[in-house]
Amino acid sequence: MTKARKQLPKAPTGIQGLDEITGGGLPKGRPTLICGSAGCGKTLLAMEFLVRGATQFNEPGVFMAFEETAKDLTQNVASLGFDLKNLIARKKIVLDFVYIERSEIQETGEYDLEGLFIRLGQAIDSIGAKRVVLDTIESLFAGLSNQLILRAELRRLFRWLKDKGVTAIITGESGVETLTRQGLEEYVSDCVIVLDHRVSDQVSSRRLRVVKYRGSTHGTNEYPFLIDEDGISVFPVTSLGLRHVASTQRIPSGVARLDTMLGGAGYYRGSSVLISGMAGTGKSSVAAHFAEATCRRGARVLYFAFEESPSQIMRNMLSIGIELSSWVQKGLLQFQATRPAFTGLEMHLTGMHKAINVFKPQVMIVDTLNNFVIGDNKIEVTSMLMRLMDYLKMKQITGLFTCLAEGGGGGVLEQTGVAISSLIDTWLLLRDIEIGGERNRGLVILKSRGMAHSNQIREFLLTDHGVELHDVYVGPQGVLTGSARLAQEAQEKAEKLTRQQETEHRQIVLGRKREALEAQIAAMSAEYEAQAAESMGIIGREQAQEVQLKQERVAMGLSRKADAKPGKQKGDSK
Amino acid sequence: MKTNPAEPKYTPPEPRPAKLKSDTFVLRLYVAGQTLKSLIALTNIKKICEENLKGRYVLDVIDLYQQPRLAQGEQIIALPTLIKKLPPPLRRIIGDMSNTECVLVGLDLQMKV
Repeated sequence: MTKARKQLPKAPTGIQGLDEITGGGLPKGRPTLICGSAGCGKTLLAMEFLVRGATQFNEPGVFMAFEETAKDLTQNVASLGFDLKNLIARKKIVLDFVYIERSEIQETGEYDLEGLFIRLGQAIDSIGAKRVVLDTIESLFAGLSNQLILRAELRRLFRWLKDKGVTAIITGESGVETLTRQGLEEYVSDCVIVLDHRVSDQVSSRRLRVVKYRGSTHGTNEYPFLIDEDGISVFPVTSLGLRHVASTQRIPSGVARLDTMLGGAGYYRGSSVLISGMAGTGKSSVAAHFAEATCRRGARVLYFAFEESPSQIMRNMLSIGIELSSWVQKGLLQFQATRPAFTGLEMHLTGMHKAINVFKPQVMIVDTLNNFVIGDNKIEVTSMLMRLMDYLKMKQITGLFTCLAEGGGGGVLEQTGVAISSLIDTWLLLRDIEIGGERNRGLVILKSRGMAHSNQIREFLLTDHGVELHDVYVGPQGVLTGSARLAQEAQEKAEKLTRQQETEHRQIVLGRKREALEAQIAAMSAEYEAQAAESMGIIGREQAQEVQLKQERVAMGLSRKADAKPGKQKGDSK
Repeated sequence: MKTNPAEPKYTPPEPRPAKLKSDTFVLRLYVAGQTLKSLIALTNIKKICEENLKGRYVLDVIDLYQQPRLAQGEQIIALPTLIKKLPPPLRRIIGDMSNTECVLVGLDLQMKV
């Protein structure tokens, strides 16, 4: 049974992401149709397939161009870093421009396209080509008028290509109701890929979709792709698994009290942190703190600013005592400031990927996410951010994103404009607290996965030495912040002082009482001492008299010659 | 000019020496093997040339199976193709030359109707 599962042999395209979607590449030895409207990247995709085949998979290729001359093509793809001249010289690629000029051609009866076959066969055999691109074979229909012959010959051509065993790409312009203008999908039916270049809300984005792929499973979604100086990159969002390793390492947030709130140690490394809040609640300041703390530890920070220029950020942060320019000079902090509307989302994403790969930061900051939302593209923004966050997690980069909360207040604050809350590991909410005619800032941790975190609201102060978090006043008066908190604190202080004074007074009174009592005790005891001394004197004298009496009695007895023992008498006398 | 279709003769693609008269037609017929289509085309074009250009034409027949490299250089797609090298402008006449009128138009011997 396992044999039945064996997949079709495939020719890897080498194009980033496309091989993931198609499960390994295009069907080997079969033709694939790539269609799309003008300017959607058909020729480039086909060319990259050939060049990568020639350079990475040792499969030489033939490019038969019906629209562009060899010279134009070489120049055009040179901008993508493909050196066609060199590849042609090394016999890795053959470029053949097929020139059809209707005004030069006179049809005079039955003909066939054997000339094309001979040309193609000759080109394939000259370098042992394994890959063939026909771009765009529909041009034949413009040059030759006999459709019957053309269709029959095309059918023969594709069969012939299969027999030759070459992996072929046929490109075609999209038609009104059919995939291609001339219905090429009728002949090439093993694999059909549709490219699309659409503009919504003035921002263009490119899409790729595998419409069909005989004998193989494939991703069926529309995948965004882009063309830049490294060729084509397709982003398969669904094929990225949740396989990243979670780190237990913690990194400080730059605000000591915030670290305490986050279980005492700060964010997890490689986690995604979201700071959301209303305008002017200090989101960027928290981000700047984090950037500075990270630089201080000697790690690199990549800061994507979509609202302010780097110098504006540095100036503004200096006002709350965060000095960033020296880290920029030391090369630990790098700003990338662009307007989000400058390019499409995919370009932003790749731009970020590239910057990350070059700079290799430990922390990446995006300020703010909302700017990507233009019009109705929330779904795309969410999927782009999902890909970005997955990428960051794979690379163990801590991502800190700021997000402007929408709406007036209340429960709406718990929504992000870009619906990414489920992707976020640690979510800090900065909110306004309006009491007593003033606005104050409060910070609360909405969630923080995998750590014990504080559930308390902290008052958030922007001071000239950075962000400070204070306990809010919680008492019978409710939650107080700002000057209300200060007033309440002052009042409490006054009350405390009064109480303290009363206590002191009582203590003094008590002390005095004790002193008086002690004096009395001393007098009485002195009196007692005097009486005791007097009594003792009397007792002493009486005893002495008694002794004397006894002695006299003994002396008297002796003188009377009494025979009584003195000892006994002594005992009796006791 | 005599050409045996059974043994297509190689003719160098360079233009004939300048001794040709200025109004000489230099024609080249490209075919692929000796298919029926090739033979019909050759018969037809020879007939047309004899009738219209007697004595002032040169016709070479080239079998692309023998010289496949020429297909790219001469920008050949369809076969059979007759290329009118001289006099200018260059023309390509494709097909089996069964439509004499079209061939004459192609050779600039007759205005398009």
